[in-house]
Amino acid sequence: MKPSRPVTVTASVLLAVCMLASVLILRRLDHMRRGATLQEVLYLSSPKVLKRLSLGYDGLLADIYWTRAVQYFGGKHFAGAQSYDLLAPLLEITTALDPHLTVAYEFGANFLAPKPPNGAGMPERAIQLAEYGIRSNPDDWHLYYNLGFIYYMELRDYSHAADAFARGAAVPSAHPFLRIMAAQMAQHSGERRMAQMMWATTYQSTQDPNVRANAVTHLRALQVDEDVTNLERLVSRYREQAGHLPSSFSDLQAVDLLAAIPTDPTGHTYKLMPDGHVEVRVPDDLPFIQKGVPPGYKPPPPKFLPSD
Amino acid sequence: MRSVRIAHIASNTFREAVRDRVLYNLIAFAVLMSGAAILVGQISIGIERLVVINLGLTAVSLFGMVIAIFIGIGLVSKEIEKRTLYTVLSRPVQRWEFIVGKFFGLVGTLVVNTFFMAIGVFVALLWVSRRFQMADGWVLVALYFIVLQFLIITALALLFSSFSSPLLSAVFAFSLFVIGSFAEDLRGFAAMAQGAARWLATGTAYLVPNFSTLNVVSSVAHGQPVAAQLVFSNTLYALVYAGMAVSGAVLIFEHRNLK
Repeated sequence: MKPSRPVTVTASVLLAVCMLASVLILRRLDHMRRGATLQEVLYLSSPKVLKRLSLGYDGLLADIYWTRAVQYFGGKHFAGAQSYDLLAPLLEITTALDPHLTVAYEFGANFLAPKPPNGAGMPERAIQLAEYGIRSNPDDWHLYYNLGFIYYMELRDYSHAADAFARGAAVPSAHPFLRIMAAQMAQHSGERRMAQMMWATTYQSTQDPNVRANAVTHLRALQVDEDVTNLERLVSRYREQAGHLPSSFSDLQAVDLLAAIPTDPTGHTYKLMPDGHVEVRVPDDLPFIQKGVPPGYKPPPPKFLPSD
Repeated sequence: MRSVRIAHIASNTFREAVRDRVLYNLIAFAVLMSGAAILVGQISIGIERLVVINLGLTAVSLFGMVIAIFIGIGLVSKEIEKRTLYTVLSRPVQRWEFIVGKFFGLVGTLVVNTFFMAIGVFVALLWVSRRFQMADGWVLVALYFIVLQFLIITALALLFSSFSSPLLSAVFAFSLFVIGSFAEDLRGFAAMAQGAARWLATGTAYLVPNFSTLNVVSSVAHGQPVAAQLVFSNTLYALVYAGMAVSGAVLIFEHRNLK
């Protein structure tokens, strides 16, 4: 029997119209139920139950939960959120499903530890996660480094940081810096130099472009902090010698306190303010700086990843 | 001569499965793999290679299980329903040859299907990693174990198909797949139980197929090696278990009244 042309045409048109209409209606429904669709819900919070339900395909489920954790953190971070209630449970589920998913410990602990809006402000949960990662993967020196990093950067807990680096240094094929870090941490001397060494190690020990970009951003910030401190010290010395503040960096050059007009790591010259303070010209390009920030400066919304 | 007859039945089963468009699942698999390979790097961090292996092998396993169950349950009952069984058995073909031929036919279909899916997994792996690593070789072992799972589930589907309706056979086979995935937990439960419950749980744990021992997807995704002893033992276990289920199917079918 030959297919009827009118029926074919009518059915085709009806199919297209209904498909379009269903999409439009659903969009309208999403708009109406915005609160409902964006609720923070973790329907199954027990890693053990999830592992059972995965029927042995727990590796794939761990990848899905890790992606969910990344998306959750990224979305909240982008929105400048102050609380990340689901982040720790998501990471705990991920690592319980696949204890060898080292990326979840390395990034996850760094999502958890920093204060909002850069992180969830949960350094204790980050330490628990990192310690669980070490118990599950005792031969991965990165995890000890990560733990020491959190102790030092977030808690300024030198003895625990030294212990973590020393444990990591004992792992075969560990980065040689770990031993140096353990020693320096035990003395807790030269904090900025220590931080520079840690970010340099982070940069060298990864191939991930986002991690590398993050490390570069922090190294630049540390450089700016050091530059501004040194320049303001020179300004003070000039004031002691001349009895007044310099009007520009050229005044410092004229008395041989400076060899050249100083520039920040992005290539912009520093600004010498009338009150003797030194500021950066484009603070948006230098997130994480603690010195040289113009008064009243409001940082732009955070980027999900430094390379964005 | 017997082996020729079994081979004929097996090749006909294979051809029928292909005619039933079973291999169309390869299109869905290709879309899944290429989508995962391209998308995961953009929505997650550091797990591109892991996702390709985990998703690829899980999909190979689940697609194959579904095919094994849904084709396997109809292998005998469909022949009876369409009355083609009587034509076959009126020739010099014995009932056990029919069952064994059907088994090999469906296993052959699943092996061909797995072969093409494996190519898809390795192409996706090459796409995300840019080059193969030594550890990727373990993916082949995981694929081999998946084929061993197919041997067991096909034999079970055939066993149920030899005495039950397609719907009930599907329920039985799927239930055994789920229970078999919990085999390790059953052992744990048996160890904790006392008296008759202990015997019952231990007996059940040993009777149901242990699919968890044949699942090394997560470990090979991390490049962890698989012991040769495990490969040998798993091979032996799958052959013995499939042999047991096919023997059961033969036994039931031999005594079944087909009038």
